[in-house]
Amino acid sequence: MRIDLDIIPSYIKDNQDILDLGCGDGTLLKLLRDEKNSNGIGLENDHDKITECIEKNIAVVEFDLNKGLQQFDSNSYDIVIMTLALQAMERPDHVLDEMLRIGKECIITFPNFGHWRARLHLMLHGKMPVSDLLPYQWYDTPNIHFCTVRDFEALCIEKNISIIHKDMVSEKNISSFLCKHHPNLFSETAIYHLTRN
Amino acid sequence: MDGFPKGSVGLVEAKTQHFDTPLPLANGRVLSEYDIIYETYGELNSDKSNAILICHALSGDHHAAGFYSEDEKRPGWWDHYIGPGKAIDTNHFFVLSLNNIGGCNGSTGPLSINPKTGKVWGENFPTLRVRDWVETQKRLADLLGIKRWAAIVGGSLGGMQAMRWSLEYPDRVKNCIAIASALKLTAQNIAFNETARQAIMADPNFFEGRYSEHNTIPKDGLAVARMIGHITYLSGDGMGEKFGRELRSGSFSLGCDDPLEFEIESYLRYQGTKFSTQFDANTYILMTRALDYFDLAREYNHNAVEAFSHATCKFLVISFTTDWRFSPERSKEIVQALLHAKKPVTYAEIESSYGHDAFLVPNKRYNDVFSGFMANIAHDIKRGES
Repeated sequence: MRIDLDIIPSYIKDNQDILDLGCGDGTLLKLLRDEKNSNGIGLENDHDKITECIEKNIAVVEFDLNKGLQQFDSNSYDIVIMTLALQAMERPDHVLDEMLRIGKECIITFPNFGHWRARLHLMLHGKMPVSDLLPYQWYDTPNIHFCTVRDFEALCIEKNISIIHKDMVSEKNISSFLCKHHPNLFSETAIYHLTRN
Repeated sequence: MDGFPKGSVGLVEAKTQHFDTPLPLANGRVLSEYDIIYETYGELNSDKSNAILICHALSGDHHAAGFYSEDEKRPGWWDHYIGPGKAIDTNHFFVLSLNNIGGCNGSTGPLSINPKTGKVWGENFPTLRVRDWVETQKRLADLLGIKRWAAIVGGSLGGMQAMRWSLEYPDRVKNCIAIASALKLTAQNIAFNETARQAIMADPNFFEGRYSEHNTIPKDGLAVARMIGHITYLSGDGMGEKFGRELRSGSFSLGCDDPLEFEIESYLRYQGTKFSTQFDANTYILMTRALDYFDLAREYNHNAVEAFSHATCKFLVISFTTDWRFSPERSKEIVQALLHAKKPVTYAEIESSYGHDAFLVPNKRYNDVFSGFMANIAHDIKRGES
């Protein structure tokens, strides 16, 4: 299980209405249904992943997130979630606004580009980082808007968004202490639970 | 094993049920008695929880799967998706497919005798709305002891019936599957239907719908109506791929004056002519009008969200990329209303070059989505039984 998906259920109360933007194969929505009795719906554009959602009995709507979420009513979901997809959006700031318009709260996870290995890669090789989690080259990557933990929190302040929870995680246990104290340097994935002030 | 293809429900037989409880219709008239012809595939389980209702489209009928005899060349119209191991898996489900009233394949319709006059109904057969069909389908369900359909499934006009069920009898539908359908027709779509109707009415053998009295049928008009319909059921690209500008006969060589015929002309004429002797013109008019009149949200303040707020079932909506008669946009309107109404909905837009006809044609992704959704329904039924 992806480590951000492990943590998200701890933010969520029972029986909440959830919209998962870019829900992938439905793993998270299934987890939330099984553990939190969530009433969830997923939006996804990848055909194979949509089929996998259906196999898990997850309600999924074929949808291109870059076409915008105007059709969703304000405050129509308890929580709007987007995991590891914000960096692939054309305008992450607009997406964040929309998530907090549609949901009373939102949960966002993203790969932290400030991680020491990304920094080291750029410093040593002078080339854009390529890793297991982010295996793409600069020219073919769907991830067009990378940010660091600090960048993201600066955006939250600018937009007057409050952080209800945050967790900085790394696949390796050894890093958890470092993640806590130097999140921008040691966390691979940042997890934020947000609401409007 | 018999000589039927693998995955076929095999030999099937139609049954006719007579109803003599008068049926009040949406237009205020009453049908005093009527027959419904239907077929079933698979076994009804002990608690009658595995029943699937198939609602047919404009020119469909009750013969959705299997064969009437070993000699029959073509199986029922949805045989690709109904049968053992297929999307609507008859190993799990009891499938009921009927011919709607107003039809011309065995259920009471314009070709039937009006018991009050002793004459053929013809153009006097009452105009019907989708809700009238839902009512007759409900009566058949009552008779068979089916309290709740595991799913109601339909393409095009059939999808409209499935959606109407979900609002009229929410506690009697667990799943609603609307394929290549719409909340209501667009002006353009009504325009195609009206052009087809005018083609029929312009036929000198139409006799204002009383052609039976004159022992004739408006064959040419119905053929043109079918040709118009057929063009709109295919996609421009699909038609181009299949026929292009190929000639059936003649040549463009200089000096050649032989009659020229494009393949597409020959194909359309063949389809039109075939249809014109198999289908009834008054039924065609009646069915296209029912399509035109349908507006799911009309009595819900023209608000589809308010309409769907009455539904309690799960929904599967499917559209096809090249379908311009019931385009993906129409399906997205259904999905959007369902999302606003906070109803569980799954939606897939299937790549296909077959236009509106795609819902009848084999397609891997369509089959994956459809089968996957149906497998969950089968699973729920099994869990309910144990």
